[in-house]
Amino acid sequence: MTAGLALVASVIAVAGPAMAQDTSRTGVHIGLNYQPGTKPGVLVLPIAGAGGDSAHAIIERDLDFADAMNVITGIDQGMGDAAVNFALVQKLGAAAVVQASLAPSSLHVIVYDVAKKRQLLTRDFAVPATPGAADWRLVIHDASDWIQQAITGSRGIAATRIAFIRDGQIYITDTDGADTRPVTQKGGGPLSPQWHPTGRYLTYSFFAPRGTQIAVLDLTSGSAHALAATPTGLNSTPAFTPDGNSIVYTHGDENGTDLYLVPAFSNDPTRRITVGHGTDNTQPTFSPDGQRLAFTSGRSGHPEVYIVNIDGTEPDLLTPFQFGDDIYRASPNWSPDGRLVVFESRVNGRFQIETIALRDRTVRQLTSDGINEDPKWAPDSRHVVFTSNRTGVRQLFILDSESGRTRQLTLGGPARLSAWSRSMGSP
Amino acid sequence: MSHRSRLASLLILAGAVAAACAKTPPAPAPAPAQAAPTVDSSRLRDSLANAKRMSDSAAAEHERQAAAVAAARSALVAKVFFDYDKSDITDQGKAILDAKVPILNTNPGIRIRVEGDCDRRGSDEYNLALGQRRAAAAKRYLTDHGIDAGRIDIISYGAERPVAEGDSEDAYSQNRRDEFAIVAGGDNLKVAGQ
Repeated sequence: MTAGLALVASVIAVAGPAMAQDTSRTGVHIGLNYQPGTKPGVLVLPIAGAGGDSAHAIIERDLDFADAMNVITGIDQGMGDAAVNFALVQKLGAAAVVQASLAPSSLHVIVYDVAKKRQLLTRDFAVPATPGAADWRLVIHDASDWIQQAITGSRGIAATRIAFIRDGQIYITDTDGADTRPVTQKGGGPLSPQWHPTGRYLTYSFFAPRGTQIAVLDLTSGSAHALAATPTGLNSTPAFTPDGNSIVYTHGDENGTDLYLVPAFSNDPTRRITVGHGTDNTQPTFSPDGQRLAFTSGRSGHPEVYIVNIDGTEPDLLTPFQFGDDIYRASPNWSPDGRLVVFESRVNGRFQIETIALRDRTVRQLTSDGINEDPKWAPDSRHVVFTSNRTGVRQLFILDSESGRTRQLTLGGPARLSAWSRSMGSP
Repeated sequence: MSHRSRLASLLILAGAVAAACAKTPPAPAPAPAQAAPTVDSSRLRDSLANAKRMSDSAAAEHERQAAAVAAARSALVAKVFFDYDKSDITDQGKAILDAKVPILNTNPGIRIRVEGDCDRRGSDEYNLALGQRRAAAAKRYLTDHGIDAGRIDIISYGAERPVAEGDSEDAYSQNRRDEFAIVAGGDNLKVAGQ
């Protein structure tokens, strides 16, 4: 402990030279020579103020979970707003230093480029009153995402949430597994939750006496409404359009299942997208521009991933099916940057997570441990949440598609059919 | 007279006779033998025997009918099983569906719901579509054999309602099925040929 205190005392120079202040509020500079694939060292200095220890722990963990930085730990004493001893933090391996302080209603964050001894980011975050509450932690996660953007140029994904199915209910959890809670009542067997782009609504399917219906849940009010367009038959795997105004879903009757488009918040009529001639066409996922869909179709005799224009034209096989191949490929999810589709593929009898590049159709297998299904991209187009039975029961895991590093997100009862929200942080 | 009401009158008659036999009449006052009405004991015996025969026969008939109704009900809800990732009706499945057709024809008031189910392998979401296809396949077979489409609802439960747990082929094959539920008109099931 004595050594630790001494280190802290020296990390914060008592009277450092005044530095050029970047006074622009958003103040984002890509100051580090960040190379994808390399991980700059980041030191998060202790955070003074009520809840500072919690905030410090959350930010360190968020930056670690981002898989883009090496978090340098071991500094455990707050020192306020004193200037940073750049020579020393450089010796510790830090390319960037985060200095933050908590006031009753705001978190003040400065990110320094150690080599250039200048600020990459200065930003104040409005903080709710109760340290540790869900809305308080979301603000800390938001700060983590801004810190990551200042250092790596890519917005973090800490201030997002993941919806999933557990025990016949829809649950939501934070990206660090905190505040896991049900958002629907028991009953109806909801499946396939998908986020509205604003994060305010979820759409999902549920079992009703005459079929499976589509519902929209308002997370702000807690109230849900079933779409009038889906009273009977199979209606499943809804997905909001990127503009949030409509929902594409699967409708099945006696003549196969096809994709349809319906307004999410009005009773205007539906429009058919795919014409599958009696085959299964399901699990739609949008390209970022909303002009195309990837989906699962059984039209070749077994499930494969296809792409179609939103008006139903130019249906095209995406996954590398070849005649005689009966590999089962399903559950596509289009990356937010538009470059990859992640899906599940049966490999040696067990389902694994794979990606396929839109540009050259290169396939990569990302998992090999257990049965792995239902992958969904994070907003960073880098991390993937998926269901795996590798621990014996189905739980959600988060995988970094660049490094392969994987962590378990959910604990407790079996979890499946997850969906990753967009950023819920500040613009 | 319908079969049911005929059976009902037989049962009432048999019941009345049985009740008459069971009651002990009060002892009559002693009377001169000549004046007493003659009781024809052989006729009474015949009458009782006859009633018992009718009663036994009614009970047997009732039992036979009940068994036939139970068999019809069981045939109506008998499950149809499928191969992995397939919705084709197998020969075995055709035989099971063929047995439902005359029952549905005899009971035009009956409506059924076909519930398509899958084993748990593969995508839960894709399995909903597969279950729908399985339910639709059975419905199509029945409508192709003359049953009005309006009498058959279909629903898919995908892999959400397994009847057998675990990852054995036995469990999988039990779960790849159509179930049949009688949703209306099942209370007065008639047996074909009556």
